[in-house]
Amino acid sequence: MILVLGIIAGVSIAGALALSAFRQNVTFFFDPSEVVAGKVPAGERFRLGGMVTKGSVQRAPGSLEVRFVVTDFSHDVPVTYSGVLPDLFREGAGVVAHGTMRPDGTFVADEVLAKHDEKYMPPEVARSLKRHRGESRADSSSAGESATPPPVAAPGSGS
Amino acid sequence: MLPELGHFALILALLLAGLQALFGIAGPWLGRERWVAAVTPAVAGQAVMVSTAVACLIASFVGNDFSVSYVAENSNTALPLFYRVAAMWGAHEGSLLLWILLLALWTVAVAIGSSGLPQRFAARVLGVLGVVSFGFLLFTLATSNPFLRLDPPAPDGRDLNPILQDPGLAVHPPILYTGYVGFAVAFAFACAAMLEGRLDQDWARWTRPWTTAAWSFLTCGIALGSFWAYYELGWGGFWFWDPVENASFMPWLVGTALVHSLAVTDKRGLFKSWTLLLAILAFSLSMLGTFLVRSGVLVSVHSFAADPSRGIFILVFLIVMIGGALALYAWRAPLLKSTAGFELGARESFLLFNNVLLVIAAGTVFAGTLAPLISDALKLGTVSVGPPYFNPTFLMSMLPLIALLSVGIHANWKRGRLKDKQRMLLYTFVVAAVLGCGLAFGVYYRGKLLSAVGATLGMWIVLSSLVDPIDRWRRGLSVPRAVLGMTTAHLGLALAVIALTTVQSFTTERDVALSPGETASVGGYEFRFLGVQPVEGPNYDALGGTVEVTRHGAPVALLKPQKRSYWVQHQVTSETAIKMHHGSNVLIALGESLGAGRWSLRIQIRPLVSLIWLAAFIMAVGGALAATDRRYRAAGAPAGARAAVAAQGAA
Repeated sequence: MILVLGIIAGVSIAGALALSAFRQNVTFFFDPSEVVAGKVPAGERFRLGGMVTKGSVQRAPGSLEVRFVVTDFSHDVPVTYSGVLPDLFREGAGVVAHGTMRPDGTFVADEVLAKHDEKYMPPEVARSLKRHRGESRADSSSAGESATPPPVAAPGSGS
Repeated sequence: MLPELGHFALILALLLAGLQALFGIAGPWLGRERWVAAVTPAVAGQAVMVSTAVACLIASFVGNDFSVSYVAENSNTALPLFYRVAAMWGAHEGSLLLWILLLALWTVAVAIGSSGLPQRFAARVLGVLGVVSFGFLLFTLATSNPFLRLDPPAPDGRDLNPILQDPGLAVHPPILYTGYVGFAVAFAFACAAMLEGRLDQDWARWTRPWTTAAWSFLTCGIALGSFWAYYELGWGGFWFWDPVENASFMPWLVGTALVHSLAVTDKRGLFKSWTLLLAILAFSLSMLGTFLVRSGVLVSVHSFAADPSRGIFILVFLIVMIGGALALYAWRAPLLKSTAGFELGARESFLLFNNVLLVIAAGTVFAGTLAPLISDALKLGTVSVGPPYFNPTFLMSMLPLIALLSVGIHANWKRGRLKDKQRMLLYTFVVAAVLGCGLAFGVYYRGKLLSAVGATLGMWIVLSSLVDPIDRWRRGLSVPRAVLGMTTAHLGLALAVIALTTVQSFTTERDVALSPGETASVGGYEFRFLGVQPVEGPNYDALGGTVEVTRHGAPVALLKPQKRSYWVQHQVTSETAIKMHHGSNVLIALGESLGAGRWSLRIQIRPLVSLIWLAAFIMAVGGALAATDRRYRAAGAPAGARAAVAAQGAA
């Protein structure tokens, strides 16, 4: 009986601890539009995902510091990162960065992920891009601008 | 011609698996002796057909038959022969075929090993395995046929994913799958026992060697995967809590619980329902792992292209298998009566804690792995769950587990007489604490609490485990193989605990920018960059960096990390360079050219990390020793050992 009660107590404590660990330690995903719209709670660590804008990667020669722009084709967020970029990181490809926003609107990344499969596009990035590409097309057609469809590989097309 | 032959063999295998299931389950039910006798030939025929299909697919790869879609997708004329063979299981369709092959081989091993069991019981076991095999064969033929032809044939293949072009591909998937699939045997024994209504201690004893063998393979497979990820992925991490890693780790945790609870059911006839449920759960998690990996619903480095019809098929199959087994359980539950009792300090209660803690650990991993899916489905936002969640929650259930282990192995069955052991336990703990703190604070200087606790608990397991065998040895008594296996596995665990907590606490990692001739100091080592030169491989071009590593001026190694660009897929991969020095692994990955002649390099120093894989191997050896104990052979399951060897030979 003591054993059973002990186990029940143990299991419930474990559950409670796991839940609190969970609350504190999940990181949410936001796309550039959500970031620009101010949906990210101030100071929170989150994951920013989108495409690396072509021609946006800049670095001071010889420095580990690199800057690039992540876009969902509606809004852009500048990102700064210091360190080795993953093998599959390239302009015009999907990327997910972990980090926090600086007050000046720059995302400071401490980890940049571009997963190890060429066919791979993070599903959340793919979904966000689909949504925003739809929107931007609607916007531009109503405004009569010449819509340039972003030169993006669809997820799974193996560009 | 060969692909058609393979396809045809696969269809015949499906039919034979169906017959095997029908004869095996309905035969004993209806009391038809002829049906029961026909099960073994069906097993043999199915194994021959599946092997034929595998041979045909491998031959298509070796012969560069790019009219086969799967070959064209995953091979290339420039691909070295070794990888053309291993490419067979390099993607979804082929790895399913590998799964089916291993299941067929396990089934043959069970058929051979069950010659001493009651014939009807053995037929039921093989029948349940036939159901599993039928499901997977149907899945393969219906949604993932590896023999589909291309018209017109491709001029050349699209090549094997460069990240897989590594010797790790030859060993990691087969060994891991052998473990995964092996839990089907425990599942089949549990289902057969329930079908027969024979829920005594016998089925537990018959199952034990098989379960332990599967567990050993799974342990090895997970460690190999971890090692592969460490040197191949370029991050230098050994465990990422990636969904696919978790998918293999959950069955391992539950399988470990099952191995222990089977011991109680075998020896004392207790925990019967719990053992049955664990056997069902372990295999369910194996299948769920397949579902998670194959359906592409989770984000992972391993995910293949997603195809919803596949996911739905596996989901339905999963529901049928698990639901069926649970219904069987509900039907037979009234037969499950445990008559014996035990005291609080008895070995049974320690094993109960072991089981509860392991299942809690599996539960927290499960929650963390599926949380992103659930949160997404409920539109609560897209979340990711990483090490900050997994590490503390996992530790929370593991620390008490390893602390209780040192005490539990000295507890007696049935009676809680730990008093006579108190003094010995105290002494070993004090010595372990001195050694553990010595390692954490002495050897690695800046001691951290976690590593001191981990090292102490690990040392305690070592000392406490050795007391009994040394005592027996001094008195000239022999140590039974099962006890030897258990002790070996526990020593492996102790080593893993020490290594893991040390690595977690004392890893040094830095990204540096260096131009040729420059030196960087990281973690007590000096790294002198000597520049980058082009290197040519069989199917890739590479840039090879050279880094001279010294410690206080004394040479340690000349490391040559590479950045490879594969011709066909134009994919870039990093080949890390690793040197083991004084127990620490020094790892360098070549980054990219930063301009102005400088290159980025990732440097990482992980103390004792190699011990983690060694520890896993020791655990697997312990399992193999225990599985081959004479006791199981005398009891009428003669081929636990032979089976494991056969499966390994096939792998």
